[in-house]
Formats: sequence, C-alpha cells, structure tokens
Amino acid sequence: MLWYIGRRLLQVIPVFLGATLLIYGMVFLRPGDPVAALGGERGLPEAVQDQIREQFHLNEPFFVQYLYFLKGIFTFDLGPDFSGRPVAETIANAFPVTFQLAIMALVIETVFGIGFGLIAGMRKGKFFDSTVLVWTLLLIAVPTFVLGFVAQIIFGVQLGWLPVTAGRDPDFESLLMPAMVLAGTSMAYILRLTRTSVAENLTADHVRTARAKGLSRGKVTNRHVLRNSLIPVVTFIGADLGNLMAGSIVTEGIFNINGVGGTLFQSITRGENVTVVAIATILVLVYIAANLFVDLLYAVLDPRIRYA
Amino acid sequence: MTPRKRLMGVGATLLAGSLVLSACGGGDTGETEGDSEAIITVGSGEPQNGLIPAMTNEVFGGLVVRNIFSGLVYYDENGAVQNEVAESIESDDNVTWTITIEDGWTFTDGTPVTAQSFVDAWNWGAYGPNAANLTYFYEPIEGYDEVQIPVDKDGEPTGEDPEAETMSGLEVVSDTEFVVTLKQPESDFPVRLGYAAFFPVPESFMDDPEAFGESPVSNGPYTMTEWEHDSAITIEANPDYAGDRVPENGGIEFLAYTDEDSQYNDLLANNLDIVTNVPASAFATFEDELGDRAVNQPAAVTQVINVPEYVEDFQGEAGLLRRQAISMAIDREGITETVYDGARTPARDFTNPVIAGWSEDIPGSEFTEYNPEEAAALWQEAEDMDPLGDDFTLFIASNADSDHQSWIDPACNTIRQALEIECEFDQYPVFDEFLDARDNREIKGVFRGGWQADYPAMSNFLSPIYGKNAGSNDMDYVSEDFEAKMKEGNAAETPEEATELYKEAQEILFQDMPGIPLWYYNTTAGYAETVDNVAFGWDSDPILYQVTKSE
Repeated sequence: MLWYIGRRLLQVIPVFLGATLLIYGMVFLRPGDPVAALGGERGLPEAVQDQIREQFHLNEPFFVQYLYFLKGIFTFDLGPDFSGRPVAETIANAFPVTFQLAIMALVIETVFGIGFGLIAGMRKGKFFDSTVLVWTLLLIAVPTFVLGFVAQIIFGVQLGWLPVTAGRDPDFESLLMPAMVLAGTSMAYILRLTRTSVAENLTADHVRTARAKGLSRGKVTNRHVLRNSLIPVVTFIGADLGNLMAGSIVTEGIFNINGVGGTLFQSITRGENVTVVAIATILVLVYIAANLFVDLLYAVLDPRIRYA
Repeated sequence: MTPRKRLMGVGATLLAGSLVLSACGGGDTGETEGDSEAIITVGSGEPQNGLIPAMTNEVFGGLVVRNIFSGLVYYDENGAVQNEVAESIESDDNVTWTITIEDGWTFTDGTPVTAQSFVDAWNWGAYGPNAANLTYFYEPIEGYDEVQIPVDKDGEPTGEDPEAETMSGLEVVSDTEFVVTLKQPESDFPVRLGYAAFFPVPESFMDDPEAFGESPVSNGPYTMTEWEHDSAITIEANPDYAGDRVPENGGIEFLAYTDEDSQYNDLLANNLDIVTNVPASAFATFEDELGDRAVNQPAAVTQVINVPEYVEDFQGEAGLLRRQAISMAIDREGITETVYDGARTPARDFTNPVIAGWSEDIPGSEFTEYNPEEAAALWQEAEDMDPLGDDFTLFIASNADSDHQSWIDPACNTIRQALEIECEFDQYPVFDEFLDARDNREIKGVFRGGWQADYPAMSNFLSPIYGKNAGSNDMDYVSEDFEAKMKEGNAAETPEEATELYKEAQEILFQDMPGIPLWYYNTTAGYAETVDNVAFGWDSDPILYQVTKSE
C-alpha cells in the first residue's frame, strides 16, 4: 500500500513538469503584448516598454523564460507582477476562499446527490424517482450564470434571505448560495449516477444472496448495495473537486467572491503569464491529489480491489 | 478493517472541519454612528498599480487617488477649475508659469507641502526609467526629453542613463513658489494641473516608491487606512486637510467587484451605497428601479471610428469620399436608442458636450447625420474614380474583451444596407492584442477609438489623437493646417479665443476625416436609499466628500 502511494507520488513530478511546460507554451503563444497595454490607450514610451520587458525577461527565448519560471517555483519566489505586487501574494489571496467554496459545494452535492439518488434508485419508476429525474434534467439544462443570477435576484434582492454578494471577508452564510449554485449541475449528475448504479446493483447476485441469508433491509442496502454502487460516483466526485475550483469563475463573478476564477481571468486578459501558469499548475496538482485519494477509496469500497 | 475505517473517518473530519472553519469570521460593515462618522460604500475594483499619483491611469486607482491627494487645483461639479493648494497660477506668455502655493498644507506624516513636493513628484513621473504611466503629461515641460531613456535612430535603447535626472523647466523659488517653463505656449496648462500626474508627494516617497504605493502618505480630504487587495480599500476623513473639499462623512470604502450586474443587485438590496457604472443590462430599467436616485448625465467620453492613413482603400480623393459615406451610413440615433436606451448621445463633433466651448454645428458636422441616400451617392462617386468592386468588405476592428460587439454589429448593418457592401467586426480577443495591431499598423480597415478626457479642455480631445506623432495617433494622420491651428489655439490670449481656434481645427478634421465621431457617453450611475447629496462630476466620478448617510 505505502509502496503504491509512493509510486503514485513520484508520478507527480513528470506530470508537473509536463503540465507547466504545456501551459507555459500556451500563454507564451498568446498573441498581443501585455506591456503595450500597461499605459492604456496612450501607451508608454517605447524605451520604457523595453525596460519593462527586460525586467520580466520577456525578450528572452521561450525556454529561458520557462527556466526562470521554474526557478521561481523552486526558490518560492515568483517575483512581482506588472503592478509590482508579488505573484505569490495574489495567489495566496485567491485560493483559500475558492477552496472553501469548492469544499462546501462538494459536501452539498455529495450529501444530496447520493441521498436522493439512493432513494430514487431503490424506488425506481415511482413518483419520487420521476420527479427527481425531471428536476435534475432542469438543473443540467440551465446554465450556471442563469441559475446564479436568478437565485441572486430572488433570494438575495427580493426575499433578502441570504446576502446578495459575498464580497469582503465571506462567511458561511454568504457562501451558502454560491456553493449551492456551484453544486447544482454536479449534484444532478451524482444523483443520476447513484440512482442508475443502485438500481443495477439491486438485482445483482450478491445482493440476492445477502437477502436470502436473511439480512435486514438496512444492512443489505448499506453494506452490499450502496458500497458497490459508489465506485462510479466516487470517481466522479474526485474529478469534480478540480472542476469546482477551476470552474467557479462564473459563480465567483456573480457573487463577487475574490477567488481563483476572477484572478485567473484577470491574469489572462492582462497577460500576467507567471500568475496564470502558477494558478493552473496548482489546479493540476489538486486534480492529481484528488485522483490519488479516489483510487485509494476504491480499495475501501470494494475489497476485491487491492494495491500490492 | 480498522485502517479502512480510519481512512473514511479522516475524510469526514476534514469536510466537517472546513465547514466549521468557514462559519466564523465576516460580519456586516460598520453600523452608522451619526452622520459625520459614517462610512460610505462605493462599488469599484482592484487598482492596477500602487497608489502613486503618476502611476495611476485607470479608473479604480484614480478614484482613490483623487480623494486622498490634493493638487494645485481641483475640478468642481461642472468641470470648472478651482484653486486647491495653489494660491495663484500666472503667466504672461503661456510659456513661463509662476505658481504660488498656500501656506499651512501638510501631508499625513506631518511634513509640510512645499513647492519642492510638487517639483519632486513631477520629476519622478517624467524620469524615463521610473516607467510612470502618466509620463506623457510632463512632455510639454522644458527638459522632458533630457530625462527620457536615450534611444538610437532606430528607436532602440542605447543602454545609457538619461542625460539629466530632473527637468530644466522646473525651478523652485521658495517653499511656496516655483516656476514652470514649457517648450511652447499652452493656454490650458492650468486646467491640466488638477490631474493626478500633477499631485505632490512627500519626501519619504523618494526613499521607497513601492512601499508608498501600498500605503500612500497624502495631503487630500481623505487618508488611506486600509487596502485589502482584491476586495476593499478604506479611506477616512483627514483631520489636517486644509482645503475646500471638506468631507461630510467619516470615510469611504471602495469595494472591489468583478461583475457590474452583481454590483447593481447589491445596490438594489441597499447593501451598497453608490454604483458608478450601471451595467448595460439595466440601461432600460435602472431609471424606473431607482427613480430619482438614478444618474444619467453626459460624460466626457467620446467614441469614434478611426481611419488609418496606411489603408489604401481610404487614401486620396476617393478615400475621402468613402470616409464621408461610411460616416453618413451609420444610424447613430437608432443605435444609441435601441442598443443603449439613450445612455449614449449621437456625436456632432470630435470633442464632448461636457467641455466648455462645445458646439454642435461646426462646418462639416453634417457628415455625422444619418443619410443613407447621400452616403450611397458618395460611395458610388468613389467607385467611379477608383473601383473596389462589389465584394469589398469593410472591417471594423476592436477588442472583444469588453462589450463592443453590441454596437459594431448594428453599425455594420446600417452600413451594409446603405452602401451595399460587406461589413464585419474584426475581433481581437484582448485589449493588448488590439493595441499591438494598432501599434504595428496591421489594421485591415478602420478601428474603434475611444477617448475619456483627462482634464476638461477641448484640446485634450484633439492633440493627443490627431496631433502629429501623438501618443494615440495610430492613424498616422498628419495635417500641417491642423498643427498650425492647434498651435494658435494653445497660444491664444483668452479661453474664448482658444475655443474658436480649436473649433476651426475641428473643421479641418471634418475635411480630412481621420476619424468618424460616433457618440458621447453618459454617466449612468445610481445610489441607494441609504445616502443623500450624491452628485457626479464632469469626469463621471462621484463627488464623495459631499455624500451624507441618511438615517
């Protein structure tokens, strides 16, 4: 087991290098010249622009720039961005709130998705099942920004139940609505996955055997049906953590949360390459970690899977 | 079994823990403690640079800087120039200006505001290697060229330091007096002095400009107390302020928003006091929703389509006819009404109605009227001279990262219908790509140009854009007549005389059409039921020191 985890962690190194190189290549290939835009409509004198390019190594060839970036990563000093603010500070500011939002959304979608999915799967074809299926279809069909704005106007502006935006120092209450909006689509998927999986497993041989042995209904459901059914669901949830963090850009914009999404978007439009690559890299690492965690969970859920 | 159980357990605690963690912190912004203590909240955004006056060339930083610093003069609600730190600004020839400042002004660190504070600030901003964003403001001052980074004849830096460290045109006479010598007469020089580039800085600024940018030491109505990056900037009334813009409130909190729609929703819920920009999605409804708390007044922003001189289709006599045809083929009335619900006003000249001396009937302004028949006739006339053929496409270039498609598409429609040619939006995904194409003279057709006045003067809409080699003259337009008229206007004895000459300069622009005026912007803003006495100035800024919290 430990040997397996160690090997998996070693795999992070080539993935990290490959990912950063790829992303760096993409931002490097982005046309336009961010330094030219610094002076707004007027632009700065050419010589001043040259000086800035020099300072940020923008005149160097691609690989030299990339090596400077790696050096920044390994010395824990990514240097300043164009506005003179340390890149590391910008990133450290952005991640906590996005992480909090993603975890809240993950809890919401897991609890409701698996809970309702289990009930729907157990009573396949009944009233509850059909109702839930229609609702989840709606959730999947409606784009996040529509859902977000409608929720904001109804529950925030008109009813005043929850804060309209999170803004400064977001607390649990002000993150509740954005977390629900963010969780919406994924919850619908988890619910449908669980339902199908449960319905399938109900007719499996080992469940029939368990029933025949005279186990109570609850025991059968928990131990034999749900545990086996969760494998595809857990896979989805694991991959979703990364999606929630990277994909919260719309939700963060609507509820004015100063997180990763907005920072990434602004960095792209301003051509802050180092910030863009650093954020993307962290997101890649989150994906890798979530995947590893999910793979380890398989063994817990299904004793037939063993890592030697 | 046990290790597996534990693993599950750890996961659960982690999740629960994060929820508990997130449940603390936060809370509402301060309750009002009487009127003069109240903090007013304003929707804004994260400044792009440190709060150094000479660095601040975007709206979010500008709004803060203008409230924490006091310059020689300030602009009142109507854009009229009022002395602030200055006692007098005088000149006999519009070249040599003697500036006297009042006694008794101090910075928030207790040091006095002297003539040196101004001269130091301007010299720092002009000095090339400092890369100040507003450096072009010092260009008219004698000795500006000597403090720039030396370049060889190809425009490449030679690697040497500038010839001088300070501008020869700035001379300190005493603590309260200094003399500015310009390269040539500029009659509106005093009008410019209310702009951020000309604010003073204390001695401590020179020791560490970067640290200063994080927590500026200033001399204005307010002083900055907190800057929480990406979320809020708080400024509080400055008890030692010595000028006329005395705050009626305790302070201002600028809250960063990334989305104008959510900002507006916060206003509707009375969670935010002032919104400086109503989102386009609410143009049609905001005046009903806010009633007399809605602000919709002309702003000093003018949008034009600029025509590059290097595009062959628009050169020569046929080219001029085409420019005129395109101008008359755009239905300005229709677009400003349907797309902007009246939040834009069709343009009749190259300047702006907010500016003193503006006129709507400069000879040539008839080209800004929608007249499809006349436009078609002009285009045909050009075709007879120098045919482009039926498959000609007019490209209107712009950046697509802010909302320009909404007017370019309908403009293209009216051009298509009137001239029977193809017309397309030539999109550049982000602003700097668009700038790049302009700088490298790669625009295929015509391009969007927008100009917001830096200071309330007609010349500010003309020289920087249409002047020879001017910073924003990406059309490469050169007209000796225009240059001469502008020079005359700059050297005029009285403002009235200058205005007449600037109008004549515009007449020349209408004859050559290096640009096609489209429309003037409006300030579309609003405030909540929580505040009173909210007015917006000529520059679209809320006049914050007057705002009071209502009980």
